[in-house]
Amino acid sequence: MKYTEEHEWLRVEGDLVVVGITEHATTQLGDIVFIELPDVGDTVAKDDEAVVIESVKAASDIMAPLDGEIMEVNADLADNPGLANEDATGKGWFFKIKPSDPSQMDDYMDEAAYNAMIS
Amino acid sequence: MSDLRKTPLHNLHIALGARMVPFAGYEMPVQYPMGVMAEHVHTRTKAGLFDVSHMGQVRVTGADYAAAAAALETLIPVDILGLQENRQRYGLLTNAAGGIRDDLMLANRGDHVFVVVNAACKADDIAHITANLSGVTVTEVTDRALLALQGPAAQDVLAAMDAKAAEMRFMDVATLMLGGAECWVSRSGYTGEDGYEISVPAAQAEDLAKALLAHEEVAPIGLGARDSLRLEAGLCLYGHDIDAQTTPSEGALNWAIQKVRRKGGARAGGFPGADVILEQMENGTDRKRVGLRPEGRAPMREGVVLFASEADDTPIGQITSGGFGPTIGGPVAMGYVPTSHAAIGTTVFGALRGKRMPLTVAALPFTPANFKR
Repeated sequence: MKYTEEHEWLRVEGDLVVVGITEHATTQLGDIVFIELPDVGDTVAKDDEAVVIESVKAASDIMAPLDGEIMEVNADLADNPGLANEDATGKGWFFKIKPSDPSQMDDYMDEAAYNAMIS
Repeated sequence: MSDLRKTPLHNLHIALGARMVPFAGYEMPVQYPMGVMAEHVHTRTKAGLFDVSHMGQVRVTGADYAAAAAALETLIPVDILGLQENRQRYGLLTNAAGGIRDDLMLANRGDHVFVVVNAACKADDIAHITANLSGVTVTEVTDRALLALQGPAAQDVLAAMDAKAAEMRFMDVATLMLGGAECWVSRSGYTGEDGYEISVPAAQAEDLAKALLAHEEVAPIGLGARDSLRLEAGLCLYGHDIDAQTTPSEGALNWAIQKVRRKGGARAGGFPGADVILEQMENGTDRKRVGLRPEGRAPMREGVVLFASEADDTPIGQITSGGFGPTIGGPVAMGYVPTSHAAIGTTVFGALRGKRMPLTVAALPFTPANFKR
């Protein structure tokens, strides 16, 4: 798993990358009540706004961590956005992206570096 | 947060794991480890304990109760003289333009009027009342904390400490002995639930809070859930849903002005902005505060601009409070719309992230009030 400074996690799954936000991030955000996901088939560029998260406190934007095409989104979040709080790195995933430049993964932190950043 | 004031419960908040934030000049708990959503639900189903010690507690004393009440009626468009002893009611301080300076609670305590005002307004309110009234003494009570115990289990919890708590009705006020502390208690709150607001000597506040929290049904609740609870209950947050630029009629608060202070009443008018306020109560206003239910799940918060249609370029109003209502299970909001768009069931559109999203004008409160009348 790789991590961005914006508290996203990236997990390689075949030729796709699964993206979500970390438990540290969901804890900071508080109870999540709405998640607006991109559309399947959207082409996104790294740092484009890809996801809007509304918690009980505020709205936050999540940027696309990679260039690529959105291949799948987590439809369960529409009815149950709290999954992102309950299981941030599992059932709370946001979308799967097919990266056009997989080497962009190299920009991101490993778990030890991320844990050091948030500690 | 070093410049911020601390309430007498500060150490307890820290010990309970609260996340502290600056609020109205105080360091206050916004949530505890339970989290805003669970705290909200806990209050609606069991009982929540809130620290509201940042609010201003003020005694207004005159030659007798009637003298103090009559003086306050020159600033507040409410029947204060007619308030029975140990009864409380909601009130407003108005300005010359008919706007609302603050909203407050007033209680007849026999020989004085006990007033509870908003934290952010308290210095201004005290200065305003003191400057404008002669023959009365205005004293801020600074040696007491203020707690709120809210929710369906509140009566049983408080009655276990003083049985008289169970005999009180909504808006009754009494002095109760709670764990050895002389408390000024009203059966009221800011959640839409049954419950009590408890003024307790500062030195005994932590012990009382701990005694209440020792009940299995009682959990500490932060400002986050306090806000979503009052929003579902359709209650105004001063500085947001009502302010110096909104009048009582615009704020849908005509009910707070009793007949005796209205046109034709025995003590009609005689308060700042009476000409504007009483005229509006008879003839209506151009805009009005309403409840709004956004369609879908996306919350629409304070500041979202409202339009009459998806395409119209001219704003018709604005959301003044909005968020997720855990009891409703969806987003809820309040805001101002033209009276022409204020009928329940009217669809308006909010501008959210570059899109126009529909909202329906809805009856307030969103959740039924559970007061002990």
